[in-house]
Amino acid sequence: MEIKADGSDGSLVLIKQGAEARVFESTFVGSRRCIIKERFSKKYRHPTLDSKLTLKRLNAEARCMTKARRLGVVTPVLYAVDTVMHTLTFEYVEGPSVKDILLGFGLVGVDEERMADITTQIGNAIGKLHDGGLVHGDLTTSNMLLRSSVNQLVLIDFGLSFTSTLPEDKAVDLYVLERALLSMHSSCGNVMDRILAAYRKSSKQWSSTLNKLAEVRQRGRKRTMVG
Amino acid sequence: MKDKKLIALGFEGSANKIGVGVVAIDGTILSNPRHTYITPPGQGFLPRETAQHHHQHILPLVKSALETAGVTPDEIDCICYTKGPGMGAPLQVSAVVVRVLSQLWKKPIVGVNHCVAHIEMGRIVTGAVDPVVLYVSGGNTQVIAYSEGRYRIFGETIDIAVGNCLDRFARVLTLSNDPSPGYNIEQLAKKGEKFIELPYVVKGMDVSFSGILSFIEATAEEKLKNNECSPADLCFSLQETLFAMLVEITERAMAHCDKKDVLIVGGVGCNERLQKMMQIMCSERGGKLFATDDRYCVDNGAMIAYTGLLEYANGASTPMEESTFTQRFRTDEVLATWREKESAIA
Repeated sequence: MEIKADGSDGSLVLIKQGAEARVFESTFVGSRRCIIKERFSKKYRHPTLDSKLTLKRLNAEARCMTKARRLGVVTPVLYAVDTVMHTLTFEYVEGPSVKDILLGFGLVGVDEERMADITTQIGNAIGKLHDGGLVHGDLTTSNMLLRSSVNQLVLIDFGLSFTSTLPEDKAVDLYVLERALLSMHSSCGNVMDRILAAYRKSSKQWSSTLNKLAEVRQRGRKRTMVG
Repeated sequence: MKDKKLIALGFEGSANKIGVGVVAIDGTILSNPRHTYITPPGQGFLPRETAQHHHQHILPLVKSALETAGVTPDEIDCICYTKGPGMGAPLQVSAVVVRVLSQLWKKPIVGVNHCVAHIEMGRIVTGAVDPVVLYVSGGNTQVIAYSEGRYRIFGETIDIAVGNCLDRFARVLTLSNDPSPGYNIEQLAKKGEKFIELPYVVKGMDVSFSGILSFIEATAEEKLKNNECSPADLCFSLQETLFAMLVEITERAMAHCDKKDVLIVGGVGCNERLQKMMQIMCSERGGKLFATDDRYCVDNGAMIAYTGLLEYANGASTPMEESTFTQRFRTDEVLATWREKESAIA
């Protein structure tokens, strides 16, 4: 089943068509502004594989979002889960993504104070997640928002999240972020080092994770083998 | 002869294929012969034997490339070779031949990155302007896009390449390596009906295949023994799972860097099922898929010649003492000078 953008349940406005979900803006129980995220089926995938993945990720996202909040990491408040329509309904967060802010830095120069604040918040948030045994799985700057009024970091898109206490999984989580930063924001200087500095202070298990990260990076280098 | 087009001779020998190509700067391929080292079913290719194979075939290939193209050594402007990445011993063969020919014919050398060559060949053959590139072969699995002067890697495998995973599974089933193990898996997969669930491992924009390989190796032995499925079902399920992962990370990269089109290059890129799945994804996003067939997808000399010629036309060449080869050579280490000029014009 797919959502139709009609007026029957309040106005639905498509605000983003992502790789595997459509994100709508709407209202929840009266006038509360909310986001509805619908996972749609991917036609290129085998039907069995597709329904398995869609449902698995919907559940994982709902579970991990709430778990992250319990761990003290700010995520949007989850209002409702619909496993038939494959939708999640959650709080609307007002504010730009970290990606847009960093791209802005790339154009007009880095605002040092703001950068220090953002990277510290990112490092802290990931540290808390990891210490609580949660791996985000898709840490990119597009999945981080800054709530406008208070400049508070909000993590979104837990669709690839899972629970794990292995240093390996945490290191790969950080590695994914490092690579996303390198490919997108290389003009902002070394953002990752700043994030890792904050991570080191925030995570109790930082040393085993960062040792593993060095190993994962090495493995990355070896990947270019035979043509 | 002033307005004569630049012409390059290119050598590729980073894996089990040895190829020599003659190409003009506008992308015209004058000749592109290639020879593949084919091992018996159930076996992969080893560096030493592969290098010996290349040794035997490289000189006849040079002769036939020049003859077919109808050019003499005098008319060639530069000689290009694969500097890396690849297997050491096979790489050495073309590096040595190129140095000798450079001194005999007094022509400059250009060392080329194998991955970048695949991308440039794909772009000139298909006419794709600024696509997200999925580079899939026996040794590489990368999602690449051009940004700020370099081809940057957005996602890749964190262990073995997708082609390696397919090749090694072909060995389990002792499929023939002729013309390639991947091709034979593709043909067998067409007869598969039952979908067997395999692990599905996407980590952000990266993928991992080694766990899937271990799983299906074990499953194959057990299920085939108990007659629960056929080898065709296994090939089918493996392809569906691996390719779904590849399409997924490509789509993520497209969303991440806001690009509409996809170009598939590398040996696994010939696979029609992969092309079909990618096609569906692209049309859903309103983009286009650019893909090539085995003449250009599979390693060849022309792609090296063309990419080297682009560098040469922009004033770069490799001095004799730097004409080495390397097993590890990241795609993003190369400064794509010609792309900068292209975007400046556009």
